[in-house]
Amino acid sequence: MIESIDTSLIDWSRAQFALTAMFHWIFVPLTLGLSFIIAFMETIYVRTGNEEWKRITRFWMKIFGINFAIGVSTGIILEFEFGTNWSNYSWFVGDIFGAPLAIEGIMAFFMESTFIAVMFFGWNKVSKRFHLASTWLTAIGANLSAVWILVANAWMQNPVGTMFNPETARNEMTNFWDVFLSDMAVNKFLHTITSSFLLASLVVIGISAYFLLRNKHVLFAKRSTVVGSVFGVIAALVTIFTGDTSARMVAQKQPMKFAAMEALYEGQTHAPLVVIGAMRTDTTRIPNPRENFIFKFEIPNALSYMVFLTPSGFVPGITDLVYGNEEQGIMPYSEKIDRGAEAIATLKDLKKAKDRGDQARYASLMAKFDNNEWMGEHYAHFGYGYYKNRPLKELIPNVKLNFYSFHIMVILGMHFLILTVIALYLSLKNKWGNHKWLLWVALLTIPLPWVASQAGWVLAEVGRQPWVVYELMPTISAVTRLSPGAVQLTFWIFLATFTTLFIAEIKIMTTQIKKGPEEK
Amino acid sequence: MFENLSHLALQQYWFVIVSLLGALLVFLMFVQGGQTFIFSIGKTKTQRTIIVNTLGRKWEFTFTTLVTFGGAFFASFPLFYATSFGGAYWVWMLILFAFVIQAVSYEYRSKASNFLGQKTFDVFLFTNGLVGTVLIGTAVATFFSGSQFSLNEMNSVTWETNTRGLEAALNPFNLSLGLTVFFLSRVLGLLYFMNTIEHDEIIERTKKQLFINAVPFVVFFLVFVIWLMLRDGYAVDPETGIVSLEPFKYWHNLTEMPLVFVMLLTGVLGVLGGIAWSLLKTTSNGIWFSGVGTVLVVLSFFFLAGFNNTAFYPSSYDLQSSLTIQNSSSSKFTLVTMSYVSLAVPFILAYIAYAWRSINNKKIDETEVTAGEDTHIY
Repeated sequence: MIESIDTSLIDWSRAQFALTAMFHWIFVPLTLGLSFIIAFMETIYVRTGNEEWKRITRFWMKIFGINFAIGVSTGIILEFEFGTNWSNYSWFVGDIFGAPLAIEGIMAFFMESTFIAVMFFGWNKVSKRFHLASTWLTAIGANLSAVWILVANAWMQNPVGTMFNPETARNEMTNFWDVFLSDMAVNKFLHTITSSFLLASLVVIGISAYFLLRNKHVLFAKRSTVVGSVFGVIAALVTIFTGDTSARMVAQKQPMKFAAMEALYEGQTHAPLVVIGAMRTDTTRIPNPRENFIFKFEIPNALSYMVFLTPSGFVPGITDLVYGNEEQGIMPYSEKIDRGAEAIATLKDLKKAKDRGDQARYASLMAKFDNNEWMGEHYAHFGYGYYKNRPLKELIPNVKLNFYSFHIMVILGMHFLILTVIALYLSLKNKWGNHKWLLWVALLTIPLPWVASQAGWVLAEVGRQPWVVYELMPTISAVTRLSPGAVQLTFWIFLATFTTLFIAEIKIMTTQIKKGPEEK
Repeated sequence: MFENLSHLALQQYWFVIVSLLGALLVFLMFVQGGQTFIFSIGKTKTQRTIIVNTLGRKWEFTFTTLVTFGGAFFASFPLFYATSFGGAYWVWMLILFAFVIQAVSYEYRSKASNFLGQKTFDVFLFTNGLVGTVLIGTAVATFFSGSQFSLNEMNSVTWETNTRGLEAALNPFNLSLGLTVFFLSRVLGLLYFMNTIEHDEIIERTKKQLFINAVPFVVFFLVFVIWLMLRDGYAVDPETGIVSLEPFKYWHNLTEMPLVFVMLLTGVLGVLGGIAWSLLKTTSNGIWFSGVGTVLVVLSFFFLAGFNNTAFYPSSYDLQSSLTIQNSSSSKFTLVTMSYVSLAVPFILAYIAYAWRSINNKKIDETEVTAGEDTHIY
């Protein structure tokens, strides 16, 4: 049945999820970061009683509100799509997603939605302190929501804390803390959250630069820049640090993604790190076209050093991973496919034996699933079994996309660190605003953190392909069996809706920004 | 503490929680019902703004409850989530679109340069109120009428109709519940207006509309309940797990679970009492009686669907593919873990009540929506 799955169904289902997730992620990082920035601003207002800080808080709160609404309405789409377009995945991961999702809904969403109403409508209805507490709780609630969905995503990248249950044909959780506190989950949370803080900080600095360039609301803009740049520098440093750790983890847990993001085909010791480069697809290599560099600038030994902290470390390339490398102990995909296929066949036999009441056969097959050695040799490659009789190239992610996403993200990250450090330094010396060109750089930087943030998600998700759950469940088995036409139709409806809402959002935002903070 | 419970007890506990969320969702759909009156009760721009703003302070609760209801179902009964959402694709997509346009409409309708104009966003709110309530009602009705799907050995769903759930939305039995939910949410919306708005014209029109909407609500409710009691239901043999059709199954469930019977009757009295009180006397508290009544009625429907050896998401195409509380749930370990989280629910309800009161302690009036910059206006 899997062999006959139409790739256009997978492509359209993936395109739809990518479209909705990327659109959602335009608004979420800004609200995650702004919520805390607003909370800090309001704290200063409550502590000093200075009305100027109230105006500053209320301006940024308005920007927050415009983005929050659209973030919420696009968030529900993702939850529904797990079921509508990836139903087999929903069943397969339901047991692991269960706890994080329940906690997210019960604790984070309600906290956020309850206190956001107080934050918006409570200015004259509740005490200053209760209002401030509500603003903080909104920020905490918003960021708590992010924790759980990131835990779930980290599990898809590196499925830990679970065991396969042949009776239900899915993985079931055995240790909540292993899932919740896995290295991947902690790192992913820190990296995503701090990069969102960075994004919000750059927006605050950029919009403030706009006011300074027009010589309007100068005090407001300078104070906003101080808060934004303090936040920005701290966030940039943690983002870069966790990004580095994340790359090392990818190298260990997902070597194919790592090879793709560096476009490394032949593995080697003393592997160089490509700092910048451009590629062209060599389509003459049938059936496995590959990407060749037109030019590249690289640092010798740096890639090996990045992964192993020593230049002599062997970094496997795409070819090593697909065709195997005996010397390095890397099993070829063909072998993994055979072993995975055997695990799938055993599971089907088990189900049949159970249905026809063949106790002896059932017990003998069940014994395999209880045998750690067999599980390690066969079940570990379960997902590969779906690729029996399918082209091997389906197991290689899009190299170009991974390479560019990774490098764009890293280069922009460095730019953000430099800009926030300069903004903070000059703000503290009360000289931010003296150099017009710097203000222009800050203003023009506004869209760039979105480019970096989206690139990061493209790398995380496209780099994991073809897996939905790494090495256990590929997209071909996770997708809902719909007609590709149905998914195409909803894709275009989503695109049209999002385009319309996005135009409305941008127009409202720019009008509000031009209006500036409320007059005294 | 939860570790000592059996897997079945935990499954039942979570079915109760999911049902409670579903019941709260139906109550909170007073927001959707209220949205359908934007044009008929809001005759001027200011009146429409009052209506939208009184609902706007609560829309997020409904939205969040819907998301949590979906999330809790996904978490505790993932096979239901996979089967229903993956199967009835078009129905869930329509519900989804109805909610996507809601959230932005509140925030954007009165903002300058909102691209589509206030009228369009108000139409979005109206559409959300109409489509959201009817379709959620028809989707829940399939818990009794069944859907046409089958599951293979890997529990992958195959939906047996090309219309992907739309056929269920047009089934008269399902539609009777859909329309019941629609008119109930309108009635609750009106009672909420009486509770929160201080505006003579609006309240006068609200009272008139209350009677006009209470009548079809009662009619459709009776049609649904009588039909439900008379129809065949999907019984599960507790020993073998085999599903079969049983005449008058839901009537049997009602009589075999007297507590549910009492809950249903109390709920019906609460809903009707709240309406009658509001029609006959000048009171703004009808919403609380009808609200609690709604929660009890919906809870009892969920219990009729899932307890007493009944398949809560039956397949009319292949009876043995039907989903029960037992065959569609998460593992014991996951349910235990989630159960600890559920202990936070009373605490959450307490802070929701506190925040609700602090925002609603004064009724909304014309001066509030035309006030200066210290008020956030939708």
